Amino acid sequence: MNDTTLQNFQTADETSSTSPDAGRESQSDAPTPDKGQPVTHNENIEENLSVRVRDLSLWYGNHQALSDINIDIFANTVTALIGPSGCGKSTFLRCLNRMNDLINTVSIKGLVEMDGHDVNARGMDEVALRRRVGMVFQKPNPFPKSIYENVAYAPRMHDMVSRKADQDELVERALRDAGLWNEVKDKLHEPGTSLSGGQQQRLCIARAIAVQPDVILMDEPTSALDPISTATIEDLMDKLKQDFTIVTVTHNMQQAARVADYTAFFHLGEMIEYNATKQMFSNPHTKKAEDYITGRYG
Amino acid sequence: MSQSFEEISAQLKKRHRRSARMKWLTMGALILSAAFLVVFISDMVVRGWPAFQQAQIQVDVTYNEQSKEIPLAAVSEEFRPLVSRGFFRILPLRMEDNPALMGTTKTQWVIADSPVDQYLKGNKNELSSSQRNVVDKLVKQGRAELKFNTTFFTTGDSKMPELAGIAAAAIGTMMTMLVTMAVCFPIGVMTAVYLEEFAPDNKLTQIIEININNLAAVPSILFGLLGLAIYISFFGVPRSSPLVGGLTLALMTLPVIIISTRAALRSVPDSIRHAAFGVGCSRWQVVRDHVLPVSLPGILTGSIIGLAQAMGETAPLIIVGMVAFIPEASMTLTDASTVMPAQIFTWASQPEAAFAEKTAGGILVLLAVLIFLNALAVWLRNKFERRW
Repeated sequence: MNDTTLQNFQTADETSSTSPDAGRESQSDAPTPDKGQPVTHNENIEENLSVRVRDLSLWYGNHQALSDINIDIFANTVTALIGPSGCGKSTFLRCLNRMNDLINTVSIKGLVEMDGHDVNARGMDEVALRRRVGMVFQKPNPFPKSIYENVAYAPRMHDMVSRKADQDELVERALRDAGLWNEVKDKLHEPGTSLSGGQQQRLCIARAIAVQPDVILMDEPTSALDPISTATIEDLMDKLKQDFTIVTVTHNMQQAARVADYTAFFHLGEMIEYNATKQMFSNPHTKKAEDYITGRYG
Repeated sequence: MSQSFEEISAQLKKRHRRSARMKWLTMGALILSAAFLVVFISDMVVRGWPAFQQAQIQVDVTYNEQSKEIPLAAVSEEFRPLVSRGFFRILPLRMEDNPALMGTTKTQWVIADSPVDQYLKGNKNELSSSQRNVVDKLVKQGRAELKFNTTFFTTGDSKMPELAGIAAAAIGTMMTMLVTMAVCFPIGVMTAVYLEEFAPDNKLTQIIEININNLAAVPSILFGLLGLAIYISFFGVPRSSPLVGGLTLALMTLPVIIISTRAALRSVPDSIRHAAFGVGCSRWQVVRDHVLPVSLPGILTGSIIGLAQAMGETAPLIIVGMVAFIPEASMTLTDASTVMPAQIFTWASQPEAAFAEKTAGGILVLLAVLIFLNALAVWLRNKFERRW
């Protein structure tokens, strides 16, 4: 993909009218200039929009954790969310598959749109949403079941496979796509937790891709892993973006620079800047992002 | 100014001494409680062991029309007072069941009367000196001895100690526990699942939680009164029946099972739930496929311990009438029945020395069952701790 296809907000208004998504009101939903942060894409971009977020705010009780987030996440790209601890990047990530629903005190305002549907709408079933938006967590959390069962469970639950042979095939494909097949093919029926940390995380990725979602959310997927496993996962993300849209939270700016096509910088619940990764790391538009990236705080 | 090692050591000495003193004190507490246990168990074994033995004597039994009419005539006058009256009572029945016996005389081992039993066990007894001589003679001939007391494990209660057994009470306990388990395991587990996995965390659920915890501390006799008032008086459940006993004990066990199930559910890490929600499980699928399988050993352990506790319970069952005199075991849920602790209670209030050993013997059987159940709980926990 071409990094120059992204421009900062000042040019976005003119260009978005001719973008593939112009018909879906992206213009009227475009953020107000005084917010000054988001970048929308222009007509040169061949990717499709995967998730569109407009004016998303979120409260934990009375504490506002996200304010007026606007972001377009493009299909078949890796988008990294960076920012200091407590900036809301994980909270934002969990908005995309409504994992925040599990917390009683959360209230959400704004639009998270996927495939023309508001995911927070009353008619949207969070189970259906999570089938299309998979998730990989910070700590590898395979089910306390066999490696095979870890992968086969969700497709079977969603009635994606009926015959045992189809199921075997699906498990093999998911494990191959997650780059784990060769390591586990002889011990598919051993517990998933018997694997090393990095393998467990790849098993979790295999579990997520087994249901063939559109989007995979990764919440600091490598923070509990050693450098070699981290490199493996990063390579994997690069490969997986052919088939999936990946949104990853990371504490590690080098990782964002290595794997992400786009990077969003969050600070204190606001999205300060959203930009092509190269642009973000070479020439950020905002002072705060620059200060963070150059390590002045974090 | 830093302190020298000498100065620091001087201060430390006192602290170390206190530490050592506490170590001995805590160890003493352990030794004391262990000693209580050892004394209790060994006392019970010493007292209860004789209950597992019963004196039998070998006599000639004449089966004919006369002895069918007057059973005492079946045994010669010399041995007659030494044989259990219970034997004479069933003699006509035996002849009716088995007409081939008629007109024969058989030398056979019969259960001895309780005083003979007590005499052979070296206890105080009511035998006259001439009867003692007869027994001594029989012992010398090898025709009177203490044998394993099968009667104790095969019959119900009796006014004659030599015929009293724990079997009817054991069956009663089993039936009662079946009712208790059938009622409180599903209700308890489902309540706990609702409170842990489905219920919102609000004032109402908090009040329910507090009350469940309080319920676990309510004296068991109150549950007996509740059972009497509700089940017997209101719903008309037959009194003394395993049904009413089991339902009453279910009331008592329910909070225990709810609390232990909730603890087991809570010990399942949230990461497993998140993983399951993440792949699109509904809440019930999360519980059924991921949380329950992992917490099952904890739930089973808690439930077994709750049931074991109910099994040893006497007070509420006395209130609902389960101290009845039950000579024969009944396998129905609605007939009058008794349970092991209630049977022990009944025997304990009998004046005869022979019943004292039955009491201790009954306690040993109950203890053995409870130890077995607790061992089962431990085994289950270890076996399924990590269930793959």
